[in-house]
Amino acid sequence: MEIAIFATDLVKTFRTRKGPLNAVDGLSLEVGRGETYGLLGPDGAGKTTTTRVILGLLTRTAGKSSILGFDSMHDTYAIRERVGYIAQQFVLPADLTVIENMRFFASVQGMSPEMQEKRIPELLSFAGLSDFTRRLAGQLSGGMKKKLALACSLIHEPQVVMLDEPTLGVDPVSRREFWNLLGNLRAEKGVTIFVCTPYMDEAERCNRVGLIYSGRLIASDSPAAIKRQVKGHLLELRPGRFVPAQAAVTGLPGVLEVQTYGDKLHLFVDNVAQRRPQIAAALAAQDISHDEIREVEVRMEEAYISLVHRREQAGPEERKAA
Amino acid sequence: MKAPIQVASAAPAPEAPIVVNGLTKRFGHFTAVDNISFSVSSGEVFGWLGPNGAGKTTTIRMLLGLMRPTSGSARVLGFNPATQTKAMQAKVGYMSQIFTLYNDLTARENIRFYGRVYGLSQEEVKQRQAEIIHMAGLEGRENTLTRDLSGGWKQRLALGCAIVHRPQVVFLDEPTAGVDPNSRREFWGLIYAMSKKGVTVLVTTHYMDEAELCQRVGFISQGKLVAIDSPAKLKQTQMRGQVLEIHSPTPDLVMRALQNARQAKAIPLDEVALYGAQIHAVVPDARQYIKSIQRLFESENIQATSIEWIAPTLEDVFISSVTRPADPAQNNGVLRETVTGVSK
Repeated sequence: MEIAIFATDLVKTFRTRKGPLNAVDGLSLEVGRGETYGLLGPDGAGKTTTTRVILGLLTRTAGKSSILGFDSMHDTYAIRERVGYIAQQFVLPADLTVIENMRFFASVQGMSPEMQEKRIPELLSFAGLSDFTRRLAGQLSGGMKKKLALACSLIHEPQVVMLDEPTLGVDPVSRREFWNLLGNLRAEKGVTIFVCTPYMDEAERCNRVGLIYSGRLIASDSPAAIKRQVKGHLLELRPGRFVPAQAAVTGLPGVLEVQTYGDKLHLFVDNVAQRRPQIAAALAAQDISHDEIREVEVRMEEAYISLVHRREQAGPEERKAA
Repeated sequence: MKAPIQVASAAPAPEAPIVVNGLTKRFGHFTAVDNISFSVSSGEVFGWLGPNGAGKTTTIRMLLGLMRPTSGSARVLGFNPATQTKAMQAKVGYMSQIFTLYNDLTARENIRFYGRVYGLSQEEVKQRQAEIIHMAGLEGRENTLTRDLSGGWKQRLALGCAIVHRPQVVFLDEPTAGVDPNSRREFWGLIYAMSKKGVTVLVTTHYMDEAELCQRVGFISQGKLVAIDSPAKLKQTQMRGQVLEIHSPTPDLVMRALQNARQAKAIPLDEVALYGAQIHAVVPDARQYIKSIQRLFESENIQATSIEWIAPTLEDVFISSVTRPADPAQNNGVLRETVTGVSK
């Protein structure tokens, strides 16, 4: 695999009132050319800082990082030429129209008017914005703004695009459209795509994902492989009395972990056939009614919660070793 | 065991806590909410879902009495929100996506403030403070300034403040945006704890995995209610077409071949999209079109390890319900035509 994005033992320390804070804390990752890599984690996990350090917008405290072989700190110009970036708070000039925005970004990139003639219509068509060229950017819907931002970031035909929470606050329809654009970009041009997102279900759109927690990766692999990392099988049931049921099943032999899921309980067990009747018996003993105990598929969200949970339970020594 | 008591010809069944009948709101020529009818029963957790601009928030505003309907009616706990606003609001809680907490007050002070706003006595406020701190798991953080609380804490505190007056109906407008998965789980635990006590909850969200947690959901699109049922039922009844998952060592070639077939209308593909290393394709009939796709791949010499008919996710169903199929000639996985054009 040819490496497009590389980081090893990356550390970024901020000085705060309460002392030094490692926003990125020994993070290592590799993204292959043509891959779509998702950096998944909640607010404050270190997604944005990681992206900015790799892009060379922030200086790193320790470790190494590069894009397409160019060092983040020393080859920033080479990186800028080859990488597109959409920051989270990225705001397009609201009083420029769609096409004026495109021309503006093209000029900033030093593109000749002839090239612009050719490239801009292509990109507008790609982003599904051809019918909206004269609309002011400020009057676009949230989803269309994101598409325009993507089109602008692609103007210099970058080989790598890095997107920081591009679908935050966007409705599910626009979110799906945006991801379809990214899929087309990868399929048609082989562009390497690096996306930060708090949406766990977006993992399914990526070849590989890294789960980030407290500035470190707690897993980095294909979505299927990460879900397999979670030990045990997942059972789901809806108890009549929730809190007593939770207490009754927690700590039963073979029950590895109990998660709440709305009015349902999710139980990771070592063996379905063996544990299902034992769980039913434990609930019956306390007179707690429940519906059928079904085996369900582990999704990325259960995997994330489980991996974080098990990491927090592990001692500090183990945590260091992991 | 006691025999169930037969209540013969007792009072008529009590009205559902939320009843909406032909509700309509027009702004000039634009119909934001278009003749919507539904009801939510006591203790139900009801999801209200739709793309931005579909009329979700306008509906909630009318239910809260913040906006008058153009026509039709709504009843919340038997009150008409438009005319009996004060009386209704005393029994209704509302939490918006922008938590309306005072950052320079402590957690405890925020609860006290909201308690007094809702007219609770000193005694009641004291009691509710303790209960809410316990419910929200804020023990030990009572005196922390709200600005220093992390997202999950703030969110649970905001919920606590919204229900300080023990409302019987609670409206939650995108309450979990930007919160980590663990905190979201805890938050949903709180929602169901309320529902178990008979509180009726209407919640909006952009997270389809959260919509799965609702007992029933309504999909709104362009002002119209397009589907309403339990998530499981919606998956069985509302999906337009069937989803195929294709595994191939060369997903880019598969994408190109399918998109060409879509544009040429050789195969009626509703959607073709890359999911990691797989491709999802939506066709009207899985059995029939698996064969067409296999033939296409053979003729173009494309390898596919497998073509499987998979169950749709709630997101698939949602998108299918709220969009019309885009013109394949229009390219680019743009899923809807009309909705995109709507500006606020």
